[in-house]
Amino acid sequence: MNEGGKRTIKLLCFAVVGMFTFSFALVPLYDVFCEITGLNGKVELSATTNQNLETEEGRDLAIQFVSHNNEQMPWIFRPSEDSIKIQTGKFHTATFYVKNTTDRTMTAQAIPSVAPSNAAIHLKKLECFCFEQQELAPGEEALLPVKLIFDDELPESIKSVVLSYTIFDITDYNDIKLTEHDNEHDHHDGHDMESTL
Amino acid sequence: MSAVIESHDHEHHHGPAEGLTRWLYTTNHKDIGTLYLWFSFAMFLIGGAMAMVIRAELFQPGMQIVEPEFYNQMLTLHGLIMVFGAVMPAFVGLANWLIPMMVGAPDMALPRMNNLSFWILPFAFFILLSSLFMEGGAPNFGWTFYAPLSTTYAPPSVTFFIFSVHILGASSIMGAINVVVTIMNMRAPGMTLMKMPLFVWSWLITAYLLIAVMPVLAGAVTMMLMDIHFGTSFFNAAGGGDPVLFQHIFWFFGHPEVYIMILPAFGITSHIIETFSRKQLFGHTSMVWAMTSIAILSFVVWAHHMFTVGLPLAAELFFMWATMLIAVPTGVKVFNWVTTMFRGSITYETPMLFAIAFVVLFTIGGFSGLMLAITPADFQYHDTYFVVAHFHYVLVPGAIFSIMAAVYYWIPKWTGNMYDERLGRLHFWLSFIGVNVTFFPQHWIGLAGMPRRVPDYALQFADWNMVSSVGAFLFGASQILFLFIVIKTVMGGKKATPEVWEGSRGLEWTVDSPAPYHTFTTPPKVT
Repeated sequence: MNEGGKRTIKLLCFAVVGMFTFSFALVPLYDVFCEITGLNGKVELSATTNQNLETEEGRDLAIQFVSHNNEQMPWIFRPSEDSIKIQTGKFHTATFYVKNTTDRTMTAQAIPSVAPSNAAIHLKKLECFCFEQQELAPGEEALLPVKLIFDDELPESIKSVVLSYTIFDITDYNDIKLTEHDNEHDHHDGHDMESTL
Repeated sequence: MSAVIESHDHEHHHGPAEGLTRWLYTTNHKDIGTLYLWFSFAMFLIGGAMAMVIRAELFQPGMQIVEPEFYNQMLTLHGLIMVFGAVMPAFVGLANWLIPMMVGAPDMALPRMNNLSFWILPFAFFILLSSLFMEGGAPNFGWTFYAPLSTTYAPPSVTFFIFSVHILGASSIMGAINVVVTIMNMRAPGMTLMKMPLFVWSWLITAYLLIAVMPVLAGAVTMMLMDIHFGTSFFNAAGGGDPVLFQHIFWFFGHPEVYIMILPAFGITSHIIETFSRKQLFGHTSMVWAMTSIAILSFVVWAHHMFTVGLPLAAELFFMWATMLIAVPTGVKVFNWVTTMFRGSITYETPMLFAIAFVVLFTIGGFSGLMLAITPADFQYHDTYFVVAHFHYVLVPGAIFSIMAAVYYWIPKWTGNMYDERLGRLHFWLSFIGVNVTFFPQHWIGLAGMPRRVPDYALQFADWNMVSSVGAFLFGASQILFLFIVIKTVMGGKKATPEVWEGSRGLEWTVDSPAPYHTFTTPPKVT
């Protein structure tokens, strides 16, 4: 093998390692890209630190709230109001009703999404239940608040926004051993609760 | 390359070792090429048998033969085996046999790695196929293994699938490194890059694509592995991940991958059309540039597989235009092939028949690809049988036909015997009719709304599905004939001359038929 051959091999091996690393770098890159552009309806999962969001002259905006239960999540989860009329540049607080319908303590995580997706970067939250996990005892219920504002930069063409939350069961997320047994159990419970409601 | 001065040193010539260990320990590019080709043939027949199960179930509406779960496993394994087991190893086998002979090198640059990259393949497919007999069955999430189907909802055998993909990836990467090093460093004196035969060019570009994207595939399955077993959330929304991210990573690999499966076919077709038209290929340089631009563009079109995931308008437009742009270099290639044939003294031996069918049918597949590239139209076509028809048109009468053409074209060089021309033509016509009867009606049932990946379907699709199944059985059965022809040629036949074909061009036709175990131990001079 001559020198040129060795150099080619080295370069190619470097490229292989580089591309493998790049595939993992795609994960944060994707998040950063979505966050900057607001694509994919992704909303920041932390409270805004910007204090100057409120303005005097806002315009009307309709917000529809949508709630989803991820598969096998037996809790009751629904918005207190299906839709509200708000003003851009003003804070509003909305609540979601949640109830643990099972007979064991469970932990949940809600993940937000905004449609149309280009509204996502204009949605700022001062507080949101989606910033933390919810742990509820058996039968416990709660009203979960979200304090939100749409800034004035929101494109004129957007007259209404859908804010959707999907609630996930993360109780056993790191405990693989329990998963199978508990899922069966949950399913059974969830079914019972539904029929009594 | 024209005038070639041969200088074989027959005194030091020695043949292969005897017995089974010859194949186990071999570092000879011709032996390894043969191993790859036979392996891919075996995989082609296994994957084909799975396709027969699929078409048998779809022969009539309703569930007749297999359970839906097993149907999904057949569908998944058919895709994985055909892509990674049949098409890719066949091209690597051709590369092994032909590239050293075409560039005037004595062997591949890294012969031991060559042995390793072949011999890990059977283990990868043993692992993948053994999952059929595991509890919960084989992978059932389609060859694209979208998360969360392949993570949260996957059968336990998914871990074996992941390991198998890792091995396949390692094999492909090693093969690709070997090809690049051979081409860049071992060309005969006088063979400049632009003088290189097009098959070698097509493989050089393919090898770069493999090196760029196989590690990304490895990354994707590693993330799956971590999500499944180590509690990470790359693709799990509950933990802050995103299933759409999986699709981006997968298709960042997946789109260059589909060109990996077609670029060597372009090279093969160019050689065959040139020989049987008895003219120099039209536009050698533009062919090289067309392949290079197709390869570069393949990195910026991946999201056209994901038009319906909710991309923003700007992205949909970008990926639509970028995809359509690929039609330009592809059109250049088709134009060059047609122009080469124009006013040529064409004869229609079996390789030429397959090559012409390749040009026509691949172009049909390319056009349905353009239709799919139109974003608003894709919202209708997405995940229908139209997509199935499209990619089978570019892969079966595209990649597979080119491999068959290559086998008929070079088998006299490999075995020293001519194949049976009458049987070869019969095989061609049966395959040609079979492939069109199978896949053309799938355009219509797809446009009418039949979804892909279903074991049962609505009654209005019944007639064309039955036609499609009949075509598939014909196509499947005619491959047994292909196997027979290949075995018959290996066993004996009319002796082939060194140049085999009238007016064949290239260094591989200057050595004896069959090619001696060692060729070009002293490099030829290319002028």
